[in-house]
Amino acid sequence: MRQYLLAVQLDESERDAPEEEFLAMLARTGKVTDEMKAAGSWVFVGGLEHSDVSTVVRPEGGKTTITDGPFAETKEQLGGFWVIQVDDLDQALAWAEKCALACGQPIEVRPFGDPSR
Amino acid sequence: MDLDGIYRAEYGRCVATLTRLLGDISLAEEAVQDAFATAVEKWAETPPNPGAWIVTAARNRAIDRLRRESSREARHAQALLLHSQDEPREVGPVRDDQLRMIFTCCHPALSPLARTALTLRLIGGLEVGEIARAYLVPEPTVAQRIVRAKKKIRDAGIPYRVPGSGELPDRLDSVLTVLYLIFNEGYASTSGDLLRTDLCVEAVRLTRALADLMPDEPEVIGLLALLLLTEARRPARVGPSGELVVLAEQDRSSWNRELIAEGHELVRRCLRLGRPGPYQVQAAINAVHTDGESTDWTQVLALYDQLWRLTPTPVVALNRAVAVAEVHGPAAALAAIEGLDLPGYHHLPATRANLLSRLGRTSDAVAAYDEAIALATNDTERAFLRAKRAVLS
Repeated sequence: MRQYLLAVQLDESERDAPEEEFLAMLARTGKVTDEMKAAGSWVFVGGLEHSDVSTVVRPEGGKTTITDGPFAETKEQLGGFWVIQVDDLDQALAWAEKCALACGQPIEVRPFGDPSR
Repeated sequence: MDLDGIYRAEYGRCVATLTRLLGDISLAEEAVQDAFATAVEKWAETPPNPGAWIVTAARNRAIDRLRRESSREARHAQALLLHSQDEPREVGPVRDDQLRMIFTCCHPALSPLARTALTLRLIGGLEVGEIARAYLVPEPTVAQRIVRAKKKIRDAGIPYRVPGSGELPDRLDSVLTVLYLIFNEGYASTSGDLLRTDLCVEAVRLTRALADLMPDEPEVIGLLALLLLTEARRPARVGPSGELVVLAEQDRSSWNRELIAEGHELVRRCLRLGRPGPYQVQAAINAVHTDGESTDWTQVLALYDQLWRLTPTPVVALNRAVAVAEVHGPAAALAAIEGLDLPGYHHLPATRANLLSRLGRTSDAVAAYDEAIALATNDTERAFLRAKRAVLS
């Protein structure tokens, strides 16, 4: 079994969806999460606040500085993610397809490093 | 003994089998290369089944190597090898491993260039330098893409298997595209001379292997028919001094009759299966071109109309216009390609130039030829276009 991050790529320059649409999206993604749980593939799921709420802590000469805002100033930011546990990339991609259709956003599929290496 | 020939023929099959046994493509390649190096020293004469010899030797080398290394991964791989019930199989039945390898190399999670490069390297046994020359990419770039793709296969967990029936149509498309691209690169090289015969031959061989394994997939048979019927005309496509000869002027007696007969039989088989797709329709078009003493353009146009319904792309529209010109005249064809947008594609201005010159619009035709000459990247095609332009002015 291998673990994969399914990261929701959110274009934050676009306006937020109306409340009704947002709730429908939550219902769809919730259904996918339930399916993952039933299949034994689910490890974690979480939606994130917008990146303007982020704070970055940077190391600098043995000390740290704190800055307001996300690390990278780009439109596309991490909007939330699933962590799943499956046999191979094809199974991860099959879940990612369901996630992408449910949340209407691109999903980046990224394997976790293999701890045995 | 022709070790180079054996290497070409057996490399891909041996790596495919070793990959199944070892679960790692890079390790499999190293083991197979080691085994070939041993063969150079040990073979006084070629063993009856060189592929099986290489697989056995490579497997033993891999076990030795894994024993020397003590990482957890190495121990795991060794356990896999020692406990694997199936001994390395004879070369015949390992076709399954090769098919697995083709689908792994053409996985949609890899970039298109990586897919073709990996397929040519791991299935076709081509050297990195040869692939680089075929795709006009610097050798280090190809080497790096291949290394990266192999690393992604391992680290991202791309499975080494033929996809299940649910995913198969999607995945098969990618495999067929790669084989078609390899053939096209051989048939009309991006640079230098017109033909790269070795790439054509390799693409036909790989497609044959695929059709052997999936005899009921009409698009696989369609692609094979298309490649055979195109390949059959290759000897007539270039004149005595290396110049391009267009279809209408080709010496039909130098076409390969055997390949044409086989291609026609495959097209009939596709018709019986009754599930037409773009490769099958293109094969049917080529079957018409190679049937009898001249082309029945009405039939070709009808097939292009069908192709257009399946894949309405600008390239199909352009090729269809050539048939329109034969059936309804150059003015209708010119109207059909008006507004087509194919940036950098020299066939568009070249076709327009041909139609304009047939309509007697000489100065417009010359301008279109100039545009096509500037865009063509292949010496033979450029020379062909220059000659056409010279006749006009």
